[in-house]
Amino acid sequence: MGRQILVMAETREGGFRNVTFEALAVARRLAGDGKVSAVLIDNHADSALTEQLARYGADRVYVVKHPGLEHFSVDGYTQAFNQILRQLAPDGIIIPHTAVGKDLAPRIAARNGYGLVSDVVKVELAGDDVVFTRPIYAGKAFQKKKITAAPLVFTIRPNNFGPVEPDPNRTAEITEFPVSVSDIRTRIREIAQSATKGIDLTEAKIIVSGGRGVRSEQGFRVLYELAEVLGGAVGASRGACDAGYAPYPMQIGQTGKVVTPDLYIACGISGAIQHLAGMSNSRTIVAINTDPEAPIFKVADYGIVGDLFEVVPMLTEEFRKILG
Amino acid sequence: MNILVLLKQTFDTEERIRIENGKISEEDVKFIINPYDEYAVEEAIRIKEEHGGEVTVVSVGPMRTESALRTALAMGADRAILVHDESLSGIEYGDEHTLSKILARVARRTGFDLILAGYMSVDSGAAQVAPRVAEELDIPHISAITGLRIEGNAVVAEKDMEGNKAVIEASLPVLLTAQQGLNEPRFPTLPNIMRAKKKPLEIWTVADLELDFGSIQPKTAVAEQYLPPPKPAGRILEGSLDSQVRELAQLLKDLIS
Repeated sequence: MGRQILVMAETREGGFRNVTFEALAVARRLAGDGKVSAVLIDNHADSALTEQLARYGADRVYVVKHPGLEHFSVDGYTQAFNQILRQLAPDGIIIPHTAVGKDLAPRIAARNGYGLVSDVVKVELAGDDVVFTRPIYAGKAFQKKKITAAPLVFTIRPNNFGPVEPDPNRTAEITEFPVSVSDIRTRIREIAQSATKGIDLTEAKIIVSGGRGVRSEQGFRVLYELAEVLGGAVGASRGACDAGYAPYPMQIGQTGKVVTPDLYIACGISGAIQHLAGMSNSRTIVAINTDPEAPIFKVADYGIVGDLFEVVPMLTEEFRKILG
Repeated sequence: MNILVLLKQTFDTEERIRIENGKISEEDVKFIINPYDEYAVEEAIRIKEEHGGEVTVVSVGPMRTESALRTALAMGADRAILVHDESLSGIEYGDEHTLSKILARVARRTGFDLILAGYMSVDSGAAQVAPRVAEELDIPHISAITGLRIEGNAVVAEKDMEGNKAVIEASLPVLLTAQQGLNEPRFPTLPNIMRAKKKPLEIWTVADLELDFGSIQPKTAVAEQYLPPPKPAGRILEGSLDSQVRELAQLLKDLIS
């Protein structure tokens, strides 16, 4: 059995977001004998980019270029994506659950009267049935959902599927798809770098996170140093954000971001239920806290009872040695 | 300015989840206004205080939702609408398709210049309903805003775009979803809680909205809900701090290279 699957490819700073390759991997599984098509909305797209989509599983790539699509806008992207969608009438649509995807997917679904399952972390095929698993209550529980009428439209959470091994010999049919874009009702006045620099938390493989125990904005410096050595991102608990030690975009928890990195290092975080909800599905969790009774130790794989201002710099030094 | 706020009542974020007979138990659970919706309520009231107008809070859900709507009225909203009837509880309030169809119909009935909502709910976490409502109403939306100014007939919103801060503007009518950091929601004062009891809270049914029940049937179905398996107990390292740090680094070696 074959399904035609359409994937929204997402670029960031000239390359693809990793979740794009994950979406292609899921698409391949769903497609069976059918074709996987990728939509690449990018005025600067070149053959290096489109070839990458082919290697990771796309059979067709629709490249969309339009002066009205230089920057992301809900209206522009919805119009462009919808025009391709109408022409292809796919059996499934996969969109990354990112800032762009969260804006685009519900508009596409509502415009066409589709059901949509958001923030999927697992896709199971059982005969003709497709079952989607997604976290609820920020991961305190999970639900399995089905879509009762075709097409299968869903967004996938970054970092949960893993891409397929790219095949350097795979090729795809590349088509420039002409779209008409008009009446964009939002206008970007300015874009500026903000406090959360570096790696996006939801896609980071390693996160060093600080809580009230970090005690000040300056206290986060030791966390940044560790994160830098590890190539990771820095997060914070609600306690740390409410106290003004870290800006809200860094907050991890049921309010804030839900993260599932390979390694989560919690420093000076006691482990309130709402914080645990946002990180307890991380693959390996390390807790560093002076209080041996802190609930964070209950979800940690490894714990060190000690002062983070002593332990973290030592750990940074040790990793520096290991990584040479 | 006529401001509509979409609101959901959710479990308090400090609640643990229990599942009984395949369903999430609501027994002894403390309910709150979805935290993101609370920012939306606060922002709506601030706009009203500065520019005048009326704030209507709307929800679709079971009767317990009344208490969340009363809280919003005590914060300073003027009027509340709860869409509730047996046909809806029969389908467990459907899915995001169902909810957005109903909310969009309410919005058409009440009229609006601006719609505010939370950027997601802390229970389902799908972040679908508000953008869907905007699409149903054929108005633009700006999601996850952290700052807002009204300039005449336009809104100027700030939002965090995964590392960058963007300033985006749109003309009214528009739908905005609130991200954490937008404001600090007020606590209702006792006199305002008393006053809120006299403010209008209307219960509307699907029939009142003249919605065809077929058109709001869910497009997705929940097959199962379950708790993640409990994590086996971890290891607290022992020995001198020096040796603990060295041991930890060795244990994590494969994860970091």
